[in-house]
Amino acid sequence: MYNTTYYAATSLADAAAKIAADGDAKFLSGGQTLLATMKQRLAAPTMLIDLTKLPELKGISVEGDRLVIGAATKHAQVASDATVKGAIPSLAGLAATIGDPAVRNMGTMGGSLANNDPAADYPAAAMALDAIITTSKGEYKATDFFTGIFETALDEDEIIVKISYEIPKKAAYEKFRNPASRYSLCSVFAAEVSGGPRIAVTGSGNEGVFRVPAMEEALTRGWTADAVTSVKIDPETMLSDMHGSAEYRAHLVAVLAGRAVAKAG
Amino acid sequence: MSAQGIGARVARKEDKRFITGAGQYTDDVYERQMSAAVFVRSPHAHAKITSVDTSAALEMPGVIDVILGQDIQDAGIGNLICGWGIQSKDGTPMKMAPYNVMDPAVVRYVGQPVAMVIAETRAEAVDAAEAVVVEYEEQPALTDFGNYAAGPVVHPGTADDNLICDWQLGDEAATDAAFAGAAHVVEMDIRNNRLIPNAMEPRSAVAHYNRAEDHTTLWTTSQNPHVARLVMSAFYNVAPEHKLRVIAPDVGGGFGSKIYIYPEEIAACYAAKRVGRPVKWTADRTEAFMTDAHGRDHITKAKMAFDADHRIVGFKVDTIANLGAYMSLFSSATPTYLYATLLSGQYNIANIYANVKLVYSHTTPVDAYRGAGRPEATYVVERMMETAARQFGLSPVELRRKNFIKDFPHQTPVLMNYDPSDFHGLMDTALKTIDFDGYPARKAESERRGMLRGIGFSSYIEACGIAPSQAVGSLGAGVGLWESAEIRVNPVGTVEVLTGTHSHGQSHETTFAQIVSDRFGVPIDNVSILHGDTDKVQFGMGTYGSRSGPVGGSAIYKALDKVEAKAKALAAHLMEADAGDIEIENGELKVAGTDKKLAWHEVCLAAYTAHNLPEGMEPGLKETSFYDPSNFTFPAGTFICEVEVDPGTGVTRIVNFVAVDDFGIIINPMVVEGQVHGGLAQGIGQALLEGCVYDDEGQLLTASYMDYAMPRADDLPSFGLDHLEIRNPSNPLGVKGCGEAGAIGAPPAVINAITDAIGTNALEMPATPERVWRAIQSTQTAMAAE
Ligand SMILES: Cc1cc2nc3c(=O)[nH]c(=O)nc-3n(C[C@H](O)[C@H](O)[C@H](O)COP(=O)(O)OP(=O)(O)OC[C@H]3O[C@@H](n4cnc5c(N)ncnc54)[C@H](O)[C@@H]3O)c2cc1C
Repeated sequence: MYNTTYYAATSLADAAAKIAADGDAKFLSGGQTLLATMKQRLAAPTMLIDLTKLPELKGISVEGDRLVIGAATKHAQVASDATVKGAIPSLAGLAATIGDPAVRNMGTMGGSLANNDPAADYPAAAMALDAIITTSKGEYKATDFFTGIFETALDEDEIIVKISYEIPKKAAYEKFRNPASRYSLCSVFAAEVSGGPRIAVTGSGNEGVFRVPAMEEALTRGWTADAVTSVKIDPETMLSDMHGSAEYRAHLVAVLAGRAVAKAG
Repeated sequence: MSAQGIGARVARKEDKRFITGAGQYTDDVYERQMSAAVFVRSPHAHAKITSVDTSAALEMPGVIDVILGQDIQDAGIGNLICGWGIQSKDGTPMKMAPYNVMDPAVVRYVGQPVAMVIAETRAEAVDAAEAVVVEYEEQPALTDFGNYAAGPVVHPGTADDNLICDWQLGDEAATDAAFAGAAHVVEMDIRNNRLIPNAMEPRSAVAHYNRAEDHTTLWTTSQNPHVARLVMSAFYNVAPEHKLRVIAPDVGGGFGSKIYIYPEEIAACYAAKRVGRPVKWTADRTEAFMTDAHGRDHITKAKMAFDADHRIVGFKVDTIANLGAYMSLFSSATPTYLYATLLSGQYNIANIYANVKLVYSHTTPVDAYRGAGRPEATYVVERMMETAARQFGLSPVELRRKNFIKDFPHQTPVLMNYDPSDFHGLMDTALKTIDFDGYPARKAESERRGMLRGIGFSSYIEACGIAPSQAVGSLGAGVGLWESAEIRVNPVGTVEVLTGTHSHGQSHETTFAQIVSDRFGVPIDNVSILHGDTDKVQFGMGTYGSRSGPVGGSAIYKALDKVEAKAKALAAHLMEADAGDIEIENGELKVAGTDKKLAWHEVCLAAYTAHNLPEGMEPGLKETSFYDPSNFTFPAGTFICEVEVDPGTGVTRIVNFVAVDDFGIIINPMVVEGQVHGGLAQGIGQALLEGCVYDDEGQLLTASYMDYAMPRADDLPSFGLDHLEIRNPSNPLGVKGCGEAGAIGAPPAVINAITDAIGTNALEMPATPERVWRAIQSTQTAMAAE
């Protein structure tokens, strides 16, 4: 790791001011991606601005038909919180699949969404549950937020504050793990929200997380596994690596979508 | 005998230290004025080094020195060697290319060291290493070693076709004749995947040069510190043996990868002398992936001939073994004498012929890894047996039983002379343990849930405690493979055992103490085991090949014989009895048939006060033994694996796994079970998860745990274990060795089970979900075509 300095931000404005003053500074949340990258000397921020102490980034609550979670909420909290489990059990279940206990007790929802790793889990939930991502500068719909692999709509100095998810009529998450890293190789979040059925896939798309309109449309005609498993996914749109070819991933999307739909009931 | 003696399930003495974080590993060694070393490593698999500019690095804060390969050569430090010489079938010796500590001119694998930076702190050394500017002229790399002759040449002038040795074993003409007269021939292409050892503790070295004494101390992660010292002094010219102390303190796993002496340790010794400061180097995990000697990597074509009654009449095996860029210390023996000699498996096979081509490639050196040769042999034999049974429409149990060896000792056509075991008995027990009769019902139940269930067998035999020295010497080994022990009984009756073996997970502190406790009735807490320090312990050969129990334990046994004889003679003298009438029981020496007795510690004290010794007896109670076994030992077993395959995703889950082994006499059942569990985890890891991948340019794609899949606890079932304890007649303890069996026997059991479930014979390891899914697709396509 290269030398760096650590700064615990005291307010959103304080954090914004710090990053404005130093173009090579970076926001730090749980550090489960950023610190690992720094240890491998692939990133060298001059300063780490810790966001996890900011009160605005904390808290879990139900507001109307939405579940609102602060960006600094750790995966372990999401996995075990009674409010989350009551409102969207599949989201709590998803959080419980992330990494190992050490990662879950440090890593945060905001960090995961800001990072937008193509193999991360939360982006699938955000897409399927019509999430609204509130930042220090404004609001984004999930569909506008994720702009490509490791790319988001965030500006360098923009902070995710909270994420609100629509509480679905039903939902389920099927995670297929990369056998080595145990990140998602291909995972499907299926949900029925007020706008209709949603199928969101992570781990497989060559542009990151994506929805499958053909499956969603098929589900409007009846919530059955068969409705989605017959939809063909184009391997051209899939990632391909030593853990899974594009063809295999395309196949998995259909199989896992069917299982997620069945599990959601 | 004692409650903590041989056969007792006592808890490990070393666990307290390890579990509470009190272990002392090489990286825990801190010396005054210690400096830190970091290596600049090649990013290319094959390149010429055109220039190295260290000027910027030398200006960096804290930098003490930057050492290049030429410096080490100029200091007269020799090349690394392969210590087992073999010959091609035409009689020419193997083609061993120079293996420099740091080659100044050419790099031949990604991660090869190019320069060594010494600084005040590790952080400064890492920074400075980045500032060393190396110019490379990239060359094409050979990774597709099956096409070794066509590829870029790794060592021009030494092996222009990349062939190190074209080795053979067995009678080819007789084997061909057997095939000519055979009723059935079964053929297979078999690949044994390449593995990265992944010891929990990465390699590390601390070198300290004492100018006053012209003496070097090296702490290092070694499985065999005496061998390290011998090789470093006799071949690498680091220091003469009496001026070099090698200490291997607590070592966190080796699996073979810490047998070898690596460039970094040699460079550390040189650097400590050069900079006049102690030097520490500890690999990070990426370095461990790139530079620890890898394992396996065979491509094999095998065919087996049967008579009309399905008895094996001939077996022919052609293997290409990838040794990587350089010949590591025992790399020549692993795919030859440790492999082809086990191709008879548990079966009566009159004719066997094996041809092994050992080849270079632009990859990390490959050497012995847990099992070393025997897993490769077992995989070939047991995949063949299962495939043959399917081809004949026989049950795999029946085909094996038809061919099992029943009479012992049994001389195979490939050198080995098997000591007694009971292959039918092992199979019987395994079938019972897994409830084989209940299998059809379990399969039907899986099918109801849409899952494919399969069962697979593996009846392995392996060879441990490689010996005797004279025999291995005649096959080319550069060392003897005996073991030593010294027993020091203190005046108060406590016992110190000095062993030439080394524990890096094998539990010697417990099991060796049990051997002593068994003999004298002393509690194991009164016995300490010393190992791993060439200044303290007499010469010994270290630990690998499951030799610690059979060879090291037997040396202890022999030394105990001498201690016992002396203690008895002294006790007889003190009690005015005949030595032949002295019995040792519950920590007392008694005169048989009388109530005369002395406590163990009273006799020990008498040996040291020496006030009343028998005529001619020397004071003290300390004995040494050097034990050379008369034969290998032959652990054997039958493993049965049951899997459930998800046809939708290709995911395999092991739902049932039974391992029934004959390890001879068992010293501590709990320790043996632990060894079997670990071995099975590695064997299952090889079958399902682990696979080292290089791309065409020779880049290591699996250089972290993000991409190299290590088995985790939830990948494994709860194992069903059992043993047959058939005494080994070739050593006094009657033990056979248990350290590698799990890793040897497991892979074919797993692959046989999956291929049974999905109805195909062709499936490569690791059987990843995608590979299994594709195999299912191709069988379905084939069925549709019929
Ligand atoms: C061993 C291991 C296994 C893992 N397995 C999984 C897995 O199975 N599934 C999965 O989804 N993830 C997995 N992860 C990743 C983990 O979930 C991380 O915690 C997560 O991706 C990043 O969150 P963080 O809070 O640690 O962010 P950090 O590492 O602190 O930051 C990540 C990036 O986000 C930026 N950032 C952080 N917070 C904010 C914010 N509020 N606003 C704007 N930018 C911000 C940072 O500047 C940085 O660029 C794993 C990680 C490890 C180490």
